[in-house]
Amino acid sequence: MRRPGCAKWGAGALAVALVATACGGGSAGRSGVVSSSWGDPQNPLEPANTNEVQGGKVLDMLFRGLKRYDPRTGAAQNVLADRIETTDSQHYTVVLKPGWTFSNGEKVTAKSFVDAWNYGAQLRNKQKNAAFFQYIDGFDRVHPATGAPTATTLSGLAVKDARTFTVALNQKFSSWPDTLGYTAFMPLPRAFFKDHAAWVDKPVGNGPYLVDSYDKGSVMRMRKWAKYPGDDPARNGGIDLRVYTDNNTAYTDLQAGNLDLVDDVPAAQLTHVKQDLGGRYLNQPAGIIQTLTFPMYDKRWSRPGSDKVRRGLSMAIDRAQITQEIFQRTRTPATDWTSPVLGKAGGYQAGLCGAACVFDPARARQLIKEGGGLPGGRMTLTYNADTGSHKDWIDAICNSINRTLRDDRACVGAPVGTFADFRNKIAARTMTGPFRAGWQMDYPLIQNFLQPLYYSNGSANDGKFSNPRFDTLVNQANAATNSGAAVAKFQDAERILAQQMPSIPLWYQNGSGGYSERISNVSLNAFGVPVYNQIKVN
Amino acid sequence: MGRYVARRLLQMIPVFVGSTFLLFFMVYALGDPVAAMFGDRAPDPATAAQIRRDLYLDQPLWKQYVHYMGQIFQGNFGTAFNGQSVTELMASAFPVTLRLTIVAVVIEMLVGVVLGVFSGLRRGRSIDTGVLLASLVVVSVPTFVSGYLLQFVFGVRWEWAAPSVAPEAPLNELLLPGLVLALVSLAYVTRLTRTSIAENARADYVRTAVAKGLPRHRVISRHLLRNSLIPVVTFIGTDVGALMGGAIVTERIFNIHGVGYQLYQGILRQNSPTVVGFVTILVLVFLAANLLVDLLYAVLDPRIRYA
Repeated sequence: MRRPGCAKWGAGALAVALVATACGGGSAGRSGVVSSSWGDPQNPLEPANTNEVQGGKVLDMLFRGLKRYDPRTGAAQNVLADRIETTDSQHYTVVLKPGWTFSNGEKVTAKSFVDAWNYGAQLRNKQKNAAFFQYIDGFDRVHPATGAPTATTLSGLAVKDARTFTVALNQKFSSWPDTLGYTAFMPLPRAFFKDHAAWVDKPVGNGPYLVDSYDKGSVMRMRKWAKYPGDDPARNGGIDLRVYTDNNTAYTDLQAGNLDLVDDVPAAQLTHVKQDLGGRYLNQPAGIIQTLTFPMYDKRWSRPGSDKVRRGLSMAIDRAQITQEIFQRTRTPATDWTSPVLGKAGGYQAGLCGAACVFDPARARQLIKEGGGLPGGRMTLTYNADTGSHKDWIDAICNSINRTLRDDRACVGAPVGTFADFRNKIAARTMTGPFRAGWQMDYPLIQNFLQPLYYSNGSANDGKFSNPRFDTLVNQANAATNSGAAVAKFQDAERILAQQMPSIPLWYQNGSGGYSERISNVSLNAFGVPVYNQIKVN
Repeated sequence: MGRYVARRLLQMIPVFVGSTFLLFFMVYALGDPVAAMFGDRAPDPATAAQIRRDLYLDQPLWKQYVHYMGQIFQGNFGTAFNGQSVTELMASAFPVTLRLTIVAVVIEMLVGVVLGVFSGLRRGRSIDTGVLLASLVVVSVPTFVSGYLLQFVFGVRWEWAAPSVAPEAPLNELLLPGLVLALVSLAYVTRLTRTSIAENARADYVRTAVAKGLPRHRVISRHLLRNSLIPVVTFIGTDVGALMGGAIVTERIFNIHGVGYQLYQGILRQNSPTVVGFVTILVLVFLAANLLVDLLYAVLDPRIRYA
């Protein structure tokens, strides 16, 4: 970190103030340390309680789980898991590799995992990722939908010996092992349970970094853990994550040489970021898709024929123009409901949506007319106005629809003040028209792009889409024992989405970032998060 | 004097209760904060219910308020969602904003009063017109414009100052944000001082002082300035509260983790203990500053006395 040693203020009265304050704030011992922008995590940094990117990126530096998603390809690879065996896609035996410890010296054993998962699933602990354990036997007793829990541990988990434990699922789920790289499944040391408050103040994990100091709300200093046993140790001395409330300020700091890495280039800077940073600007696909979701619980959007209206609306949106003009190509027009980061083998198939995702005003007009027109002749697009500058693109979509329908008032944006209120309205099912939705994958599986969002009663099925055929295909895909067959089934299910269009795929979002000349070997992983441990300080 | 202070302090109680209730009501009206904690996923009903019960959010508003007030009188301002207690947030945020405010007020007073005196004594001359014009420009530029502009010019182009402030917020790094925060008020202070000086410069007591043969600097500092500062002190006093609350924009631009930052986070995440607690303290600061101003009158002008 380089700050101007002593502000060179000379003018008049300011000098007086300066004399009164000794120049200082020096920073020592930062050699080899990378400073990076950060957002204040929403929840305490517990693995099963962290469900957003900012907290997730820290846990990814502090922890290693059974599996990890390859930073380049996104494929799930064994880390602590020596092998995960099953014969029926429902009962699994997990065997750990030897030699792993937490940074406080404690051994990582089967119990470290089982205890952590039991803690995460337990209703009394109010962990926001508790639902990730729902496939394990006994979840309904430790986490009942109503009333108090009747058990303290998941009956489906059993420790066999120090390095082995078994998992019984309540349904067949062939890709379950591949979900285990998600933050919620990380192991926890005894210290977590013994002195929880102290642990949260300074988390202890088993990853390539350890926490040097954590000043909540402003800075977290992490240093390389020299005894890290994994094969992906930190290639820098440490990472200082500094909380910024405004990503414009982070970008300014980067330009002034005061910060090494920003992991989000603000929209306002996109037009000149290439002149500013040249090759030090990163812009590559991440596992994020943005959609417009229809309230399928509203009769006006689910009457017979409205699938034509929904498909027509999709065709009325000029994705190519909006992604270029508004997003400066940091979004890619979507042609399916997954993400390019999955790759072809993982289930991404360009063009699966077919003609319904191609801009075609004439055909759009015709389809909407055939389907009986917009309900009441008008529609609103609801979005939250507090974050992410959604207004610009929502207005652009409405313009595109209005031009297509040759009606200036067919579509208008409907801002909601805060994200919390927006989520409340969605949860209360009071939406009367399509609303914006974004999905950032938890793990790079096609299952994660379909099941939570479109399966009946899925955890993120905001539009309450329900289709028996879709559910059946998803079940079959989960039961399939080979991944090729599973992907094919999932894609069959996706074709139903193309027919029914319960949500309009808009674009895939890229991860973006920029870095200073001080560091190199910077890349983003499939989640759009910098791969911190590979960064080198020049 | 003592009775006056006591009366003023007693008046703070209804203001305190009223403002906390209004704030509580307004934050409550924003809706349920729990849904947003789960991101784009529907909240798991059982977990959400457990969180609501723990945060006392499942009770009717008046009960929540009574519970909150009961806690406050035990010195407990509640917890933010990230698990930190609000008193802890206050302890880290208020000193930072206070430092920023002090820097701003010092700049405001030094530059504002000096410019005001110069232009007030030379009314109608070119320097006076220049100061008036400059202050007009400063008043009409919004803080976020001047903030980003000065940050870019001083921080990135000339590298005179750091564009953002370190977490410890040392005073020298607060000079630039303090200047930005002070700018608008500075223009007002200049104009107030100028008018006041220009008016009093022709007063009888000034003429008498000059006639006695007192040196010019003594006439100005002892006789003229002392009387002319009363409206300025009133303005600066009320401005202290406004500066602390109004630092939201400045703190955001310079990434200062003070009161504005915490308030912004609190509102964004709809954490009523944070918002209500911080604003309540701000209300108290405002009241105290007003009281201080009223007491200062008596010091500046002995003719003003309180029974």
